[in-house]
Amino acid sequence: MDTLLQQLLNGLVVGSVYALVALGYTMVYGILGLINFAHGEVLMVGALTALTVITTLMGVSPDMPPLLLLGIGLLAAMVVCMIVAFLMERLAYRKLRNAPRLAPLITAIGVSFLLQTLAMIVWGRNYHTFPQLISTTPMQPIEGVYINPIQITTIVASAIIMVGLVLLVTRTKLGRAMRATAENHRVASLMGVDVNKIISLTFVLGAALAAVAGVLFASNYGIAHYAMGFMPGLKAFTAAVLGGIGNLGGAMLGGIVLGLVEAVGAGYIEHLTFGFLNSSYQDIFAFVILGIVLIFRPTGLLGERVSDRA
Amino acid sequence: MSNSNPVTPILQLKDVKIAYGGIQAVKGIDLELYRGELVCLIGANGAGKTTTLNALAGTLGLAGGELIYDGEAISTMPAHKRLRRGIALVPEGRGIFTRLTVEENLRMGAYIRNDSAAIEEDLEKVYTMLPRVKERLQQVAGTLSGGEQQMVAIGRALLSRPRLLLLDEPSMGLAPLVVEKIFEVVQTVKDEGVTILLVEQNANLALEFAQRGYVMDSGKISITGSGEELLANPAVRAAYLGEAA
Repeated sequence: MDTLLQQLLNGLVVGSVYALVALGYTMVYGILGLINFAHGEVLMVGALTALTVITTLMGVSPDMPPLLLLGIGLLAAMVVCMIVAFLMERLAYRKLRNAPRLAPLITAIGVSFLLQTLAMIVWGRNYHTFPQLISTTPMQPIEGVYINPIQITTIVASAIIMVGLVLLVTRTKLGRAMRATAENHRVASLMGVDVNKIISLTFVLGAALAAVAGVLFASNYGIAHYAMGFMPGLKAFTAAVLGGIGNLGGAMLGGIVLGLVEAVGAGYIEHLTFGFLNSSYQDIFAFVILGIVLIFRPTGLLGERVSDRA
Repeated sequence: MSNSNPVTPILQLKDVKIAYGGIQAVKGIDLELYRGELVCLIGANGAGKTTTLNALAGTLGLAGGELIYDGEAISTMPAHKRLRRGIALVPEGRGIFTRLTVEENLRMGAYIRNDSAAIEEDLEKVYTMLPRVKERLQQVAGTLSGGEQQMVAIGRALLSRPRLLLLDEPSMGLAPLVVEKIFEVVQTVKDEGVTILLVEQNANLALEFAQRGYVMDSGKISITGSGEELLANPAVRAAYLGEAA
């Protein structure tokens, strides 16, 4: 029972990160019908930018309070990621907006490689220790169940951001324009909406969430690396499909569910396979789920019919 | 206010050519609209009427010629900026945002405005004009009937406070009673001084309401005249009003 509770908690932490990244996938898909496979790399750029900023600041003024350091690092990560995403859309995807679907998809994979390679040039091939500015000392709220402050921060921060995003999209004039544009670019422009701006904004917003996810992810594991975005990116994409791509609530639900399944699966995989597989095979679960969803419910948990947008 | 001289047209099309998917759908037309007029554009399917309206609203580019609105060349201005100048299009097929509520659809019409008090007033005006819309404000617009959607589409366009309203087949697929109601609304809008360019399949109805009309045929304007003249024109009657010549 304790193991289950512990794994559920761990799942919630990693699921929150997946959810933040999945939102970026799903927003861009909703508005352009594009799977932006480079989105996972934005998380990596966020983590490594924060790493550089934080370590530099630590060198310059060693007395700076850790939370301020983290705040500045996070802010820098968000700004850099937003710029990267803006340029990505402007330079790579915009020209392909009316191209056959395969062209932007392959371009997205290309952008992903490009970002990874650039990051490798800038930050090298080595794993970097990411400063854990929020404590990772476990507490034991319930006998046998451990949770540390960075995990709590991850869950709480993700929840706040997600609520904020939902409010933005459902309650504001800007959100209304985003939803209108997602449904019909042409008619939205007839309402006076600058569709290009809304699309840029969607990319930039998704990138800001990915930056937060990247910093939280690196803070949890204490590691940053030029290829660190690949797996969470793929998982978040799975989460977006699981929840119903194009659907905000779906991305959040999909992220959390995926995190939980993965963590619980990892906790029991040894028992399940009689010791044949250990918990390092936990990635299996995400992709088994992806396969099952695509076969039995391609529209995802909360998906309507698959969007008819081109 | 810019030029309000009644003899200067609010909109001028000069030798406008529009190509659409490789073929030239509009082959050089001239057309003028004067302030406060209700002018209709009739013609057979595929004559280029919808294409012309889309080019006026800015969702299609020109292949040649010039568009002058209120003394300014707007040929290359994007659609979202034209709306700000006062050109609103109620597109063919209504273009309702089916996943937004009725109220959200209407508020999208006021997207370019920031005068919230006046927007609320205008919303109320739309509700009085279209009482059936008011009962369905929180409903997802995709669940409305065709006639209700058309009313929402017109109400939405009005919320941008247009000076030139382009209507693309507002009667399409609707029952006669609903069509009558929609034309009442069009008349009200015209009486408020909005200039209207109306594209209609239902030429009889359109010519009854319009002061002037243009007949389009295979991408060109073939006949033009006042509503009465066109109604009386044997060629028009034969081709578009369903009468034997």
